[in-house]
Amino acid sequence: MEILIVQILNSIFQAASLFLLAAGLSLIYGVMRIVNLAHGNFYAFGAYVSAWTVGAAVALAASRGINLGVAGQLVLLPLGALAVAALGAIVEPTLLRPLYRRPEEYILLITFGLLMVLEDVIRLVFGGTPLTAGSIMDAMGSIPIGGLLYPAYNLVVVGVGVVAAIGLWLFVYRTRFGVILRATSQDRRMAAALGLNVGRVYIQAFAIGCFLAGLGGAVVVPAQAAVLGMGVDALVQAFVVIVIGGLGSLEGALVGALIVSAVRTAGVQFFAEIELAVLYLIAVAVLLWRPTGLFGRA
Amino acid sequence: MAILQTIELKRYFGDTRAVDNVNLSVNEGEFVSLVGPNGAGKTSLINVITAHLKAGSGKILFQGRDITDLSVTERVRLGIARSFQLVNVFDDLSAFDNVALAIFSREGKTAHLSALAHRDHAVIAEADDILSQFGLAAKRDDNARDLSQGERKLLDVALAYALKPKLLFLDEPTSGVSTRNKAAIMDTIASVVRGRGITAVIVEHDMDVVFKYSDRIVVMAQGTVMAQGTPDEIRSNEQVAMALLGTSGPAAFDQHSLPQSGPQKG
Amino acid sequence: MPTARTGPSFLWLLAGGVPVVVVLAVLPPFIGVYQTQQLTYGLAFAIAALGFNLLLGYTGLLSFGHSAYFGAGAYAVAFIIQRLHVHSLELCILGAMLGAMLVSALFGYACVRHTRIFFGILTLALSQVLYSLALKFFWVTGGTDGLRASWNGLTLLGGLIDFKGSGAYRRFVVSYYYYVLGLFVVAVLIMWVIVHSPFGKALQAIRDNETRAGFVGIRVRRYRWIAFIISGLFTGLAGALWVPLNGLTTPEVLYWPFSGEIVFMTVLGGFRTFFGPIIGAVTFNYLKVYAVASSQYWQLVLGTVLVVLVMLLPAGIVGTLGQLANKLRPKQLQQG
Repeated sequence: MEILIVQILNSIFQAASLFLLAAGLSLIYGVMRIVNLAHGNFYAFGAYVSAWTVGAAVALAASRGINLGVAGQLVLLPLGALAVAALGAIVEPTLLRPLYRRPEEYILLITFGLLMVLEDVIRLVFGGTPLTAGSIMDAMGSIPIGGLLYPAYNLVVVGVGVVAAIGLWLFVYRTRFGVILRATSQDRRMAAALGLNVGRVYIQAFAIGCFLAGLGGAVVVPAQAAVLGMGVDALVQAFVVIVIGGLGSLEGALVGALIVSAVRTAGVQFFAEIELAVLYLIAVAVLLWRPTGLFGRA
Repeated sequence: MAILQTIELKRYFGDTRAVDNVNLSVNEGEFVSLVGPNGAGKTSLINVITAHLKAGSGKILFQGRDITDLSVTERVRLGIARSFQLVNVFDDLSAFDNVALAIFSREGKTAHLSALAHRDHAVIAEADDILSQFGLAAKRDDNARDLSQGERKLLDVALAYALKPKLLFLDEPTSGVSTRNKAAIMDTIASVVRGRGITAVIVEHDMDVVFKYSDRIVVMAQGTVMAQGTPDEIRSNEQVAMALLGTSGPAAFDQHSLPQSGPQKG
Repeated sequence: MPTARTGPSFLWLLAGGVPVVVVLAVLPPFIGVYQTQQLTYGLAFAIAALGFNLLLGYTGLLSFGHSAYFGAGAYAVAFIIQRLHVHSLELCILGAMLGAMLVSALFGYACVRHTRIFFGILTLALSQVLYSLALKFFWVTGGTDGLRASWNGLTLLGGLIDFKGSGAYRRFVVSYYYYVLGLFVVAVLIMWVIVHSPFGKALQAIRDNETRAGFVGIRVRRYRWIAFIISGLFTGLAGALWVPLNGLTTPEVLYWPFSGEIVFMTVLGGFRTFFGPIIGAVTFNYLKVYAVASSQYWQLVLGTVLVVLVMLLPAGIVGTLGQLANKLRPKQLQQG
C-alpha cells in the first residue's frame, strides 16, 4: 500500500515538471503556431542555471560561515526560469520574427539550429559533469509515509505544479492579458486590426513559454541531476504530452502530463524493456483516434 | 430522362437547415440554373451532391444508381465534376499543368510513375485545345496564382470540363469578375458546355445570365426548392417575384439581379 | 499541333548533369582518400534528402521521422552482414530496401491520414518507437553499441570486387565512391522521372490544393502513401550505403535529431527545387565535418552557421541562386 502511494506521488512529481515543460510548448504553439524544437534545451538550460546558482551560492555562503537554509536555497531556484525567459525575450525578436513571412519550415529550422547551439552552450558554460542542487533535497529531509521515507522536496514540486496549473488557468482565462493572448491565437490579423500590438504579444507569449520550460527544469534539479542531452529527451516527451492532450491546450498539457508520467512510472515497474516504445505508441494511437488530442479543437 | 435525382435530401448544421428535403431532378443534356438569395442552400446542395459534404439523410441517384455513400473521387470517376465559387485551382502549377492533370486523372494515367508527363502528346494536344477553348492559350505557361481573377475562374471551370463529365456543377462561375467580363466568360462557358452536350447545373446571381442561358430554373429558399420552371414561367411567377422582392427590394429585381452581399458584389 | 515549351527537357538535364558527373568521376585521384570518403558520405546523404524532398517539396508533407527509414536501411545491412554472414553488398542493399519499404509502408499508412503539424509529430513519434526498440532489444540491434559492419568482408557487383590484401582500404574507399556515385546517378534519374511523371504532377496538385485534387479524381491518401513509401525507399538506400562507409550503425541514426538533420539538408539546399536537396546534403555534410574537426563545440559552430544561412538564404542555396540569376538577367529578356 505504502509503495503504491509512493509510486503515485512519484508519478505526480514527474508530471509536475513535465506539465510545466509541455504547457510552455503548447502555449507557444497555441499563440504563435511555432513548434519550438529548442524548447527541451530551454528546459535543460533552466535546470543547469538553477543547479549552478544554488550550488555556487551554498558554497559561497559556506566559505563565509553562513548557512543559507532551505528558504534561501528555494528562493534561488527560480533564477533558472528567469534566465530562460530572458533568453526567450531575446530570441523571439532577433531570430524568429524576421522569418514569419517565410514558409513555416524555416522557423522550424531556426529552432533546430538553436537546439544545437544551446546544447553546446550548456556544455561550454557548465562543463560536461552533471550538476545538481541536491543540497535542497538534503536540507529538507524526508517525511514518513507509512513505513517508508519520502523526500519532502518532491511534495514541494507537486505543490508548485498544482499552483502553476491553477495560476496559468487563471492567467489565461481570467486576466486581460489572457484575453489578448487568446484573441491573438485565434486570428492574428484580426487582433492586429483591433489595435493589439501583436509583436509585443508574441514576445511576451514566447518569454512566458520559455519561463515555464525553465521552471520545469529548475524544479527537478534538487531531485535529479542536470545532464547533457536531457533537453532533447525532454522535448520528445513533451511532444507526447501535447499530442495526447491536444496542441495548444493547457488542460490537455495537464492531463497529458499526468497520463505520460503514470505510464512511465508503471512502465518502469512492469514493462521496463519497452517503456518508451509504449509511450510513443500511446501517442500514435491517440493521434489516429483523435487527431486533435483529448482537449484539442482544430 | 433524369441523369440526377435527389430524394428527400437533407443536411442540417445545428439548427440551420442548409438542405431541407430537396427532391431535385435534372434531365440529360439540360442547362439548369439554381437561384435564390444568399443562404438559400444552393452551394450546400451542390456540396452534398458532389460529396464535399456528407448527406444528413436522403438519397442521391446518378443515372439511376445510388451514389449517396460514394466518396468524392468515386463520384468524379462516374462523371460528376464541379467548379468552385471561390477559385480552387493548383496555384503553383502552370495553367497548362492544371488542365493536363485533370486529363491525366480522367485517363487513369496519374498512377504512371515512369512516363514523362511532357512527352504525352495526346494529352498535351487536348490540354492546349481546352486552354484555347477557354481563351487561356496565351497564359498556358503562367502559374495559376499569376492569372487574373477572371482567368482563374475560367481555369477553375476548365479543370472540371477537362474531366469530360456527364454532369457538371458550376458554382457562381462569374462571381468576383467585373461586369464587363461576365458576359464574355458566360458565353465561353455556355458554348463549350453546350457544344459537348454536357448536362450542367449552374449557381448564378445575375438574372440576365440565368434567363439567357437556362433551359430550366430552380429557385431555392431556406434550404428547399420553392419553385422551378422554364425562364418564362419563372419570370411570370408572382410567388418567386414576391420572395425575391421581399428579400432584396424592388431595385434589385428591376435590374434582374438577385440579392448578394459581401465582397462578390460586382 | 502545339510545339511550345511543355516542360523541362531531358536534354537539358543531360547537358547540366553529364559535366557534373564527369567532374565527380575524375575527382578521387586529386583529392585523396579522406576527401573521397567525405564526398561519398555527401552523396549518400544526397540520396536521403532527395527521397525526403519527394514528400516535403512535391507532396507538401514535412516528415520529422525520416531517421526511421535511414536507420531501417542501415540496421538491415549491418544485420545481414554480421548475423547472416552475407558478403555481397547487392544482397545487403536488397534486404535494406525491403526493410525500409516495410517500415515506411507501415508507418506511412498511419501518417498519411494527417497533414501539416500532425503529420510531422506522428512521423516523429513513430520513428522514436523504432529508436527505443533499437535501444532495448540489444540482442538484435546491439543496443547503444550498435552493430558493426566491416567493409573488408564485403564484395561489390556480385563478387567482382573484393577487398583483400595490401592497400585494401584505399581500394575500398575509391571503388566504394564510384559505387555510390553510380547509385546516386541512378537515384537522381529515377527521382527526376518520378517528379515529372503524371504521378509527380498529381503529388504537386495534392500539395497545392488537396480538396481540388480529390475533385479531379485523384485518390489523395493513396497517392500520399505511395509517395511516402518511395521516399522511405530512397532514404533507406542512403542508410544502406552509409553503413559500410561508417563501419557500424548506432541508435544515433534512429534518434530524432538525425531526422532534423535530413530536414535541414533539404531546406538548406532549397526544397522548392529539384537539385536543392542534393546541394544541401553535400554542403551540410562538409559543414558538419569541418565543425566537428574544428572545435570540441561543433554543435555550437554548426548551429550558428545554419541559423545564419537560414537567415541569409530565403529560398535555400539553389533557390536563392535561381532568384539571383533571374535578377541579373538582362532587362529585355525579362520583359520579352
